[in-house]
Amino acid sequence: MNIIITNNNLSTGTETSARANNRAFDELRNLKIEAGVLERADGSAYLEMGGNKVLAAVYGPRELFVRRLMQPNKAVLRCKYNMAPFSVDDRKRPGPDRRSVEISKLTSEALTPAVFLEKFPRSTIDVYIEVLEAEGGTRCAGITAASVALADAGIPMKDMVVACAAGKSDGNVVLDLSEIEDKEGEADLPIALMPRTGEITLIQMDGHLTEDEFKKAMDLAIDGRMKINEQQKTAIKNRYGD
Amino acid sequence: MIFVEDKEIVIPGDILADEEYHSGRGTFKENNKICSSLVGLVAIRDKKISVIPLQSKYIPKRGDVVIGEITDIRFSMWNLDINSPYSGFLPASDVFGKEKKELNRTFDVGDVLFLRVVDVDEVKKVKLGLKGRELGKFRGGILINITPTKVPRLIGKKGSMINMIKDETRCEVIVGQNGVVWVKGEPSMERVAEKVINIIEEQAHTSGLTDRVRDMLAKFLGHEPEDTEPEENEAEEFEIIPIEIEGSDEIEESEETVEIEISEELGEVEESEKPDEIKEFKEE
Repeated sequence: MNIIITNNNLSTGTETSARANNRAFDELRNLKIEAGVLERADGSAYLEMGGNKVLAAVYGPRELFVRRLMQPNKAVLRCKYNMAPFSVDDRKRPGPDRRSVEISKLTSEALTPAVFLEKFPRSTIDVYIEVLEAEGGTRCAGITAASVALADAGIPMKDMVVACAAGKSDGNVVLDLSEIEDKEGEADLPIALMPRTGEITLIQMDGHLTEDEFKKAMDLAIDGRMKINEQQKTAIKNRYGD
Repeated sequence: MIFVEDKEIVIPGDILADEEYHSGRGTFKENNKICSSLVGLVAIRDKKISVIPLQSKYIPKRGDVVIGEITDIRFSMWNLDINSPYSGFLPASDVFGKEKKELNRTFDVGDVLFLRVVDVDEVKKVKLGLKGRELGKFRGGILINITPTKVPRLIGKKGSMINMIKDETRCEVIVGQNGVVWVKGEPSMERVAEKVINIIEEQAHTSGLTDRVRDMLAKFLGHEPEDTEPEENEAEEFEIIPIEIEGSDEIEESEETVEIEISEELGEVEESEKPDEIKEFKEE
């Protein structure tokens, strides 16, 4: 995180594509995923992406006790996204807030199209995402980790879900915005998609992009998916010593 | 065209083969391609391609034998946790017939029972029964949870694995198809059996497991492994696949073994003593 702060003053005035850590415009931050890290969860994953550290845990399919939520023909996928109080520089007040409620909802919606929920009627699959350290793009990190945790739990899925943000910072369209790029940049465009089919399950935009820039950002995020998906694959395969 | 090898580990969304193959369990068809829906091992039989899951939850099926713990007593039935997304119930009439008796005198909350799934209805209510010669309440012993898909692996071909554990540790071992294993014997032997069962679960996807388990048992029990029957070992590699692949086979295999091995003393249903040791290990 420190490196990014020091490098930030590089981008004053000049129209170079200099990014923190000498990243290229289409380069992802360092990514590390590990599957099966929690003993008591049915499936779990730990993900590090740049300065982000995210844990995802999946429980279920299990019995759903809230009768009114029960679906007679399929399972419900419940997500909870939570940021630890120590995950950001200024202590975050613990508990759900407007932002984390929103992210919980959209995570669930981003994952639902990939899961064969109809195989477990009248039950629930619970996904918990815990952000231990945040440095921009935690919702994407959370979705990517949750997808690995779902696979680890043995839940049948159409495909993995990969999430990745693109955006505009210092006048350039770039992939995988860091915290500084997100806060001081012009636009942020998180996208979640299924890598095999290319189906988009989540797209949000914050800020302003022209039509061309939007298309470019989309292409960047879609091209970046394969690298993340590769990491997801190795994470799961490593778990079984392969 | 086929894109994977037999026994390869695949993840959801991996493309396995073109449409000239048939899509088996753990796979689905999309755009004329067969894809995996699970994390598991590929199993190719003739033209049928399936994926054997490495992790799963137990889905109750009529006729299965399961181990369940009583969670609640209602007016005319017991509710049981059967390690599944769907909880089961045992009607009082199944135990008492037409007689009226107090339910908690027979089975109390926390008791562990060996039951048969009598019926699963369309709202996923799981009706359990105790009709069967070895079904009933467990007294003492410990419970171990494993992934239900690995039950055939724990039992082994014709019970080879489970019988080895029983013989070596001199414990009674009963495996429910819901992945709950009950072990009773000397406390130190129970620990050995627990350790071995957990290792089998961890390494269920590897080959030559029976041999390693034999060595492990010998090591834990402090005697030299007997070098017998080397020819039998080769055949045992990957027995998980032949047993797992057809649903009906799977039941027959495991049920058979379970039934043969169960001791008679479990038949007493009316016993109302509390098992004091049973919960000890479950809490860990």
